[in-house]
Amino acid sequence: MTPLLSVHGITKHYGTHIGCADVSFDLYPGEVMGIVGESGSGKSTLLNCMAGHLAPDAGAVVFDTRTDGPKDTVTMSEPERRMLGRTDWAFVHQHARDGLRMGVSAGGNVGERLMAVGERHYGDIRNRATDWLDRVEIDAGRVDDRPTTFSGGMQQRLQIARNLVTGPRLVFMDEPTGGLDVSVQARLLDLLRGLVRDMGLSAIIVTHDLAVVRLLADRLMVMKSGRVVEAGLTDQVLDDPQHAYSQLLVSSVLQV
Amino acid sequence: MTDYNFAYLDEQTKRMIRRAILKGLAIPGYQVPFASREMPMPYGWGTGGVQVSAAVLTPEDTFKVIDQGADDTTNAVSIRSFFERTAGVETTTDTSAASVIQTRHRIPEEPLKEDQILVYQVPIPEPLRFLEPRESETRKMHSLEEYGLMHVKLYEDISRHGHIATSYAYPVKVEGRYVMDPSPIPKFDNPKLGDMAAIQLFGAGREQRIYALPPYTQVVSLDFEDHPFEASKADQVCGLCGAEDSYLDEVIIDDAGGRLFCCSDTDYCLGRRNAGHQGSSLPGNEVAA
Repeated sequence: MTPLLSVHGITKHYGTHIGCADVSFDLYPGEVMGIVGESGSGKSTLLNCMAGHLAPDAGAVVFDTRTDGPKDTVTMSEPERRMLGRTDWAFVHQHARDGLRMGVSAGGNVGERLMAVGERHYGDIRNRATDWLDRVEIDAGRVDDRPTTFSGGMQQRLQIARNLVTGPRLVFMDEPTGGLDVSVQARLLDLLRGLVRDMGLSAIIVTHDLAVVRLLADRLMVMKSGRVVEAGLTDQVLDDPQHAYSQLLVSSVLQV
Repeated sequence: MTDYNFAYLDEQTKRMIRRAILKGLAIPGYQVPFASREMPMPYGWGTGGVQVSAAVLTPEDTFKVIDQGADDTTNAVSIRSFFERTAGVETTTDTSAASVIQTRHRIPEEPLKEDQILVYQVPIPEPLRFLEPRESETRKMHSLEEYGLMHVKLYEDISRHGHIATSYAYPVKVEGRYVMDPSPIPKFDNPKLGDMAAIQLFGAGREQRIYALPPYTQVVSLDFEDHPFEASKADQVCGLCGAEDSYLDEVIIDDAGGRLFCCSDTDYCLGRRNAGHQGSSLPGNEVAA
């Protein structure tokens, strides 16, 4: 089986500081990978390098494209990479405001990716937008409202709908539940889990919340100071952490 | 003649602007940056158009200026006298007699010919500006032909108003490549942009951009399959000359809510009246409205 995404030796320096160093892994179709670590451990740098938002200093990110098979996205041309960014890839930002157009209605936000890939029938775009609002549990009657009138949880769900409408195969998520209260978090996680399973999505989730990876991720990487210190199946890493830092991380979770 | 160099600008500046114009003509719809000069008028009054006109004018030219279609408004009168003084060129209000026409927000009703140049004054040349504020990003979108966002604007129009409510500065696609802002002309004029015999030049002074449409260029107004583009105008006839096919201004004429629809193109209207056409609002022809 060909990996959907194959990461080889990704390294990114900020001057003399290490962003992330020599990270390699394979992600297979339908698999969800969690990346955990404390603030400043290089999780987001790694995610941005993989999603093409940052240019890594060294390494390759090989994606199994629909047309040409496995291809290195670091060296591919920018139009190709941006095309991937609005078709086969999706990126869910921590702050919904970064991923949404706040001055555009919910329907327009969801429809943007459709229009970007050439959809030119207003009725169809609107129907698909309404359908997706329904799938992320937003009332279809709010299709013409701006995201500024939505609550934080709704904005995050809208961002997810906007990203998934073109049927991507790989979703990058940067702390998707950050800044939401626990009950809203639980509903969002439930929704994400359902969508990931229904659509057979592969996902890479960056978070510092171990509960999120426990629920969503099949496999887990623990990062510290820009390097991967431990990787394995989620339950294995969380229940029997080997590296000192992983042990610290797991034992730091508050038990209620 | 005055102590000014011909047409106010110095020869090096005109040369620089002509190079930008040639580049613009070579890549229809592409916004060419140029080093816009301070002109003796405020930004927003047509500094871009004036610079382009200055660069293309020759002593043999006949010059016409229209502002919203009219030859007799402040902007048109002052720019016309500016070039009378600094270039000493012939000026006219007759569309067919002019070789260079500078316009603000209209295309003349009378079809233009191959030996004419139409110069537009452009306030904001970037059609994506109000959707994407970053210049670096809009440039990238133009170079990679990522124009999905333009349709988001039209989508928003339909979802809010039930139809595409953008009625001026309606975005167009040039030769299947660049999306262009046609300057704030009414969308009634959009169909005239394409396949025009005259050269069309667009100058934005404050934003320092020049773009152009060579003669007989394909220009398509953006739309949706189920909401096609429609060139709209007031559903009236001209009260002065009775024209049914021209773009109309609505003029309030008294304190009792009385109003008059008349051609925004004053030269076209006058030409029709001189040819004997009469509208219902002329003295002696009034009908009870």
